[in-house]
Amino acid sequence: MSAVLEKPTTPAAAQSPRRRNRRSGAGDVQRASWPTYVVLTVVSLVSVYPLYWALVGGSRTSADISSDPPPFVPGGNLWTNLKTAWDDGHMGKALLNSLVVSGSIALGTVLFCTMAGFAFAKLRFKGNNALFGFTVATMMVPPQLGIIPLYLLMSKLHFNNHIISVILPTLVTAFGVFFMRQYVTQAVPTELLEAGWIDGASTSRIFFSIVIPIVRPAMTVLGMITFLAAWNDFFWPVVTLSSDNPTVQVALNNIGVGYFTDYSIVFAGVVAGTIPVIVVFALLGRQIVGGIMQGSLKG
Amino acid sequence: MASSAALPGRPRITLRQRLSLWDRSITAYGFIAPFFVLFFAFGLYPLLDTAWVALHRESLTASGSSWVGFDNFTWLFGNEYFRKSLLNTVTIGILSTVPQLLVALGLAHLLNMKMRGRTFFRVIMLMPYATSVAAAALVFAQIFGTDSGLLNWLLGTVGISPVAWEPGHWTSQIAVSTIVIWRWTGYNALIYLAAMQAVPGDLYEAAAIDGASKWQQFRNVTLPSLKPTILFTVVVSSIGATQLFGEPLLFSAGAGNANPLGGSSHQYQTMGLLMYQQAFTDGSLGRAAATAWTMFVIIILVTLLNTLLVSGRIRIPGLRRKGARA
Repeated sequence: MSAVLEKPTTPAAAQSPRRRNRRSGAGDVQRASWPTYVVLTVVSLVSVYPLYWALVGGSRTSADISSDPPPFVPGGNLWTNLKTAWDDGHMGKALLNSLVVSGSIALGTVLFCTMAGFAFAKLRFKGNNALFGFTVATMMVPPQLGIIPLYLLMSKLHFNNHIISVILPTLVTAFGVFFMRQYVTQAVPTELLEAGWIDGASTSRIFFSIVIPIVRPAMTVLGMITFLAAWNDFFWPVVTLSSDNPTVQVALNNIGVGYFTDYSIVFAGVVAGTIPVIVVFALLGRQIVGGIMQGSLKG
Repeated sequence: MASSAALPGRPRITLRQRLSLWDRSITAYGFIAPFFVLFFAFGLYPLLDTAWVALHRESLTASGSSWVGFDNFTWLFGNEYFRKSLLNTVTIGILSTVPQLLVALGLAHLLNMKMRGRTFFRVIMLMPYATSVAAAALVFAQIFGTDSGLLNWLLGTVGISPVAWEPGHWTSQIAVSTIVIWRWTGYNALIYLAAMQAVPGDLYEAAAIDGASKWQQFRNVTLPSLKPTILFTVVVSSIGATQLFGEPLLFSAGAGNANPLGGSSHQYQTMGLLMYQQAFTDGSLGRAAATAWTMFVIIILVTLLNTLLVSGRIRIPGLRRKGARA
């Protein structure tokens, strides 16, 4: 997976001549000197410290956190605090719900957006350009503004407070279609598809046996970015779900409402809700960075 | 597609070819159908319906609605808290977007240098982006706490007396903006970095031969090349700022209770919070929808303004030069 973004068939390959330029010492890229490292290290600390602080706080008592000076290393209270967050904040159910929600959204988005992206990239049909242009145009329209009718719609369908109400609206994204179309256009040779058609393969067959294997790297990147976004989604889940059937973010919201005096419980909840994402990130951070730099258009 | 039918010696396409062409167009529609069905039902329809709801008196508890024309808007613009939230959204938007993008630009420049641990720094700087708004806001609510907050302790060590972050107008807005800046700076830095790597090295070479200093190269080569990307990040950040919700909602947890009022004197109540309050606390869906529609119009205006500032021509970066920013 670490090599996928450098595979010759990927859009990343399009920049290899430029990379060569840079490596050959064209004047654009300076060698970093020590002030650069100092600045980057400080920024890295600022990026990570709030998360570390949540771990410190979540493993201590409320009194510890507000002591003077505040603690700088984790204590031994994590399990006690987690248990409180677990029992009173429905954290266990929240994690399960978030896993199901983010997993389904990631799978659905990857499948549907790859299908649509492939159709827009390689199939000729009436309205291809118009429909794609329309899709791209809507990327700038924030979906949060439709929350109220969406709430009414879900009420009519009796989906409010059910995780299906969180899954359905984000099962596809215009960004995903755009991302996959760009990738398919550049990574899948049309001749290969033509050969398949001449051999008598159906378009679906071609999609599943030729296109998907080629674009799998992009599907993985889109899946990870979508999973992260779905896991972290806040506004709509807070509106549609209640505290007895929360996602992680809804549970954190409730802990924030209920345990305002006891930051150790709040922080334990933050730790429980953030660790899965941090683990994903620690394992796949490189690919996510590559995906974001490649996508560059996600809002 | 048509070329296969025009091959010499084959004046008529065979049934099989006809089936194949038919298969391709049917499959195309089949492949885009799931996207469009879901997209229309749960994305576009609610968005458009917001305009309809905004023109009605509609309540969360009672069923049915009645046409009131522009009454909701008239009520809004005469309402003190609406005007306050509008102003707060603008000031927090500026406080969060401007430093965020400037720092991101500088960071991208540093990350673009040859160095050890490049990937490490990039991944670390993206960690806040991977952190949820709820987690970030709750942690920062404690950091900005007045009596036992981490930041006031830190300020105390250098002899600065504690700041009452949450109750103050500017201090609370700065604190809320800090959460936004913390979460999004690294992400924007990566986007700038991607664009910087797409700038052809020859341009720098030529500039260097002409005797341009590093700063002049940055100013006259890097910045102009990054213009479309900068416009893009400004637009996206502005849209995000207009809808700011989770940060101010949970920041109030530091004051004792998370609620959509945005502080005791609504000092950091954004339009997103007000919309939530109107819809799900006050139960007035019409007014909430009118607020949403106002946000939408502001977003359009801000986008147009930003675009006009650059070239007067709408351009989505990446659409045309996609390969260039890969």
